[in-house]
Amino acid sequence: MKPSGPSRRAVLAGASGASAASLALAGAHPATSQTAPPAPGADMAVTLEVNGRSHALTIDPRQTLLDTLREELALTGSKKGCDHGQCGACTVHVDGRRVLACLALTASVAGRPITTIEGLAGPGGDLHPMQTAFIEHDAFQCGYCTPGQIMSAVGCVKEGHAGSAAEIAEYMSGNLCRCAAYPNIVAAIEDAKSRMDVA
Amino acid sequence: MRPFDYRSAADPTAAARMGSSAAEPAYLAGGTTLVDLMKLDVMRPRTVIDINGLAPDWGKVEADSRGLRLGALARMSDVAADPVVRRDYPAIAQSLDLAASAQLRNMASLGGNVLQRTRCTYFRDVSWKACNKRTPGSGCAALEGVNRTHAVLGVSASCIATYPGDLAVALIALDAAVSLVGPDGARSMAFADLHREPKDKPQVETNLRPGELIVGFSVPAGPWTRRSVYTKVRDRQSYEFALASAAVALEMDGDTVRSARIALGGVATKPWRAREAESLLAGARLTEDLAQKAGRAAFIGAVTHGGNDYKPRLGAATVARALLEAQALEIAA
Repeated sequence: MKPSGPSRRAVLAGASGASAASLALAGAHPATSQTAPPAPGADMAVTLEVNGRSHALTIDPRQTLLDTLREELALTGSKKGCDHGQCGACTVHVDGRRVLACLALTASVAGRPITTIEGLAGPGGDLHPMQTAFIEHDAFQCGYCTPGQIMSAVGCVKEGHAGSAAEIAEYMSGNLCRCAAYPNIVAAIEDAKSRMDVA
Repeated sequence: MRPFDYRSAADPTAAARMGSSAAEPAYLAGGTTLVDLMKLDVMRPRTVIDINGLAPDWGKVEADSRGLRLGALARMSDVAADPVVRRDYPAIAQSLDLAASAQLRNMASLGGNVLQRTRCTYFRDVSWKACNKRTPGSGCAALEGVNRTHAVLGVSASCIATYPGDLAVALIALDAAVSLVGPDGARSMAFADLHREPKDKPQVETNLRPGELIVGFSVPAGPWTRRSVYTKVRDRQSYEFALASAAVALEMDGDTVRSARIALGGVATKPWRAREAESLLAGARLTEDLAQKAGRAAFIGAVTHGGNDYKPRLGAATVARALLEAQALEIAA
């Protein structure tokens, strides 16, 4: 779809002062654009195992797991917040461990089992106890950080670090919530922990 | 991010060969520093060499009567959770627990962790022209810039960037050694010799040779390792770099210090051993007064730059607190 109005790029190009200077810097290295063909870094074939399904893909080596999930596999539940490993919105599981998809090169996780928020519910669509607890405890407002919070929370419980509210706060500190739903998130995790222990 | 060739190394020899012959290479383990800095255009490797295939050999944690051996590809979270590390080398476990976030600790390797790059904002933001570490000879924007988080020990006129890590502080306090493999074979060195002060070459941060890889770390056993702590002071309670930190290991005879090992983080350009403070303590009765005196001794050579004028006082208090916490530790027989 073509935008009818002026594009963001055109608007930026017309700006002056500091932003023009930074644009000139970016313009000197057109290869930094995601769409430019990689000169030395040829595309590579990888197989990704996501939520129990195999995907044969041809990727640019620069692709992070987060971009591959969102742009190639249309799994947009994993969110791009900071894109620098500081906010936790992109948290997924690789080999059953919670990691940050924005700092994982896709090529480095090829062949390893990956679970995203889309793969957390049971085969029949039954919500994971953590998802249910987040709903029941109203553990979100805007919801943008929620998929990352839930994936991280499942990891937190499985690692055995959900023993108290203080321990949960410490071991969930890599997931920021700018709506500050933290008390409800902690309550949801404490509740889900008892349900996961039973399961 | 700039284009690069992605390669995987199946064994250490192949990795070291690639790392010494490929064009502008960088090793990839956890990727938590490298991918971040590639996105920021601070690191620009043309070849990324994935060494995670070496993990079965290099991911181990082993302890016996001689000491502790940590593989370079062991992940921070796994080492922090190891019961022997927690019981016998608590400063190491605490330095890992208090670092980064749970997700980052699941990703990051020990070898990559000790080699993580500074958080100096001028280094990380390429729109600043002056950074001798990034562009040798360009100057240092931090000297007269916003330098609240910058180093006060080991600084030079070229660079005051703080070494940001935690684990390295515990390792240097505990007299660790680091083993390496490179294109010319294996060698080992004192961990204290791995990092360099910036002096007039802040772009050279370690004494690693081209292509050399960290294989692992060894920490000698001793009666002080169980009586060790890592104390970290920061702007928020969790998930933040140290403004000041201290790793302390004590060998006590009642209230008298037989030997003290003290290292500092968050205040120096490299993992910093505080020998002046240690020598004050040896043979003396450890009181709160002496702990504070030792803390101040650790910062006698401090040089501040305005924003970080508070650091010698904060650092001294951190050392004192760590000493008293180590003294108070109850150690099971």
